[in-house]
Amino acid sequence: MSNYLLKGESVTKNFGRRIIFENLNFEFSKCGVYGISGPNGSGKSTLMKIISGINSPSIGKIIHSIDDEIIIPEKLHNFIGFVSPYLVLYEEFSAWENLEYFARIRDVSFNKEKIELLLNDFLLINRKDDLVKTYSSGMKQRMKFIFALMHSPELILLDEPTSNLDDEGKDTVYKIIKRESKEGIVVIASNEKSDLAFCKEIVLIEKYKHQNN
Amino acid sequence: MNSKAFALFKKDLNSELRTRYAVNSLAMFIVVAISVILFSIGNERIPQALAGGLFWVVIFFSAMSGLARAFVSEEERGTSLTLQLIAAPSTIFSGKLFFNLILVFLMNIVIALLYSALFEEFVIRSFALFLLTFVLSNIGLAVASTIIAAIISKAGSKGTLYPVLSFPILLPLILTSVELTSNCIVGTTFEESQIELAVIVCYDVIMLTASYMLFDFIWKD
Repeated sequence: MSNYLLKGESVTKNFGRRIIFENLNFEFSKCGVYGISGPNGSGKSTLMKIISGINSPSIGKIIHSIDDEIIIPEKLHNFIGFVSPYLVLYEEFSAWENLEYFARIRDVSFNKEKIELLLNDFLLINRKDDLVKTYSSGMKQRMKFIFALMHSPELILLDEPTSNLDDEGKDTVYKIIKRESKEGIVVIASNEKSDLAFCKEIVLIEKYKHQNN
Repeated sequence: MNSKAFALFKKDLNSELRTRYAVNSLAMFIVVAISVILFSIGNERIPQALAGGLFWVVIFFSAMSGLARAFVSEEERGTSLTLQLIAAPSTIFSGKLFFNLILVFLMNIVIALLYSALFEEFVIRSFALFLLTFVLSNIGLAVASTIIAAIISKAGSKGTLYPVLSFPILLPLILTSVELTSNCIVGTTFEESQIELAVIVCYDVIMLTASYMLFDFIWKD
């Protein structure tokens, strides 16, 4: 069980004059599932990108720490697993090649047993050598989970995790969420009630909308 | 270069071998540009100084047609987000820079060989000076092209913006390289070309330092 802390302090994001959300404060400090909810266009994905360090907040800051030590932005990617509909894997490579490159670029060991187990969990083991461009949208979505979990991250960010998935895929995702939440922090951004059912705390982003918006 | 950047370079190399995004456009551009120059010259003899200038014209425009792919292809395919999730900005820049360095050297070796074979006036008399000019200029060209590619990959009209933005940034490098190449054709010594060589070394160092410092800001948001 990790001692990961994710904290947002007065986080505000604006695109030009348009304020997406402002003065957002949250703290996820114990292992478990946390949710971010709000209507379409409320800024859920923007907040997820800010938490993952891909985007910067306009005002405020996001603090990631483990065992009371702040994680520097250059190393943050090693602690995060990210799944979203707008994440794209390399279509000219097979699933196996993609995962091999990701491990090498991250400079983590390529654990074949773990990868095969994940491919098995997400029912992709028989298609591991096929090019990703031949996959259906649901298979690509399942591949993104393997990409997010392969390096055993302490923080898993799931933006609309069940989009494009069939019932079997959704069940697998929920099983994985339950399993991973015992070891680390899982943050889900979604509007689906079934996705947010496991959350012990939900941030309603609509509450942090600018009054004039 | 660390192992992470080398892994990224290998990923890009394998991706290029499968998709041929940059190599095909570079090869076609080199063939077309040299053919146009040959047709326009006809049976005329061109001055030696002009031969050096035309050599760099082909290099500049060939670079414009292929080197932006390093970042633009990631942005167009939507994989830049994936890259951001697996590596630090400095690793990404190093990997992309190494890929562009290899591409620039291969491209310019082909152009130099074709020039030597097809243009009678392109005879290098100071070979050592040409070799040094070639290496230093290629480094400068690769570094500048890589950082400009990163900037324009975030913009809307990538195709037109690349040569427009590259021209003022590459101008000092191109002018000095043209001067040095003409010196090599004429047969000038190292001592007589010291100032031009110093300018290129300074250009390379400044571009490399500025690129690593700025890339973090360009890559995020």
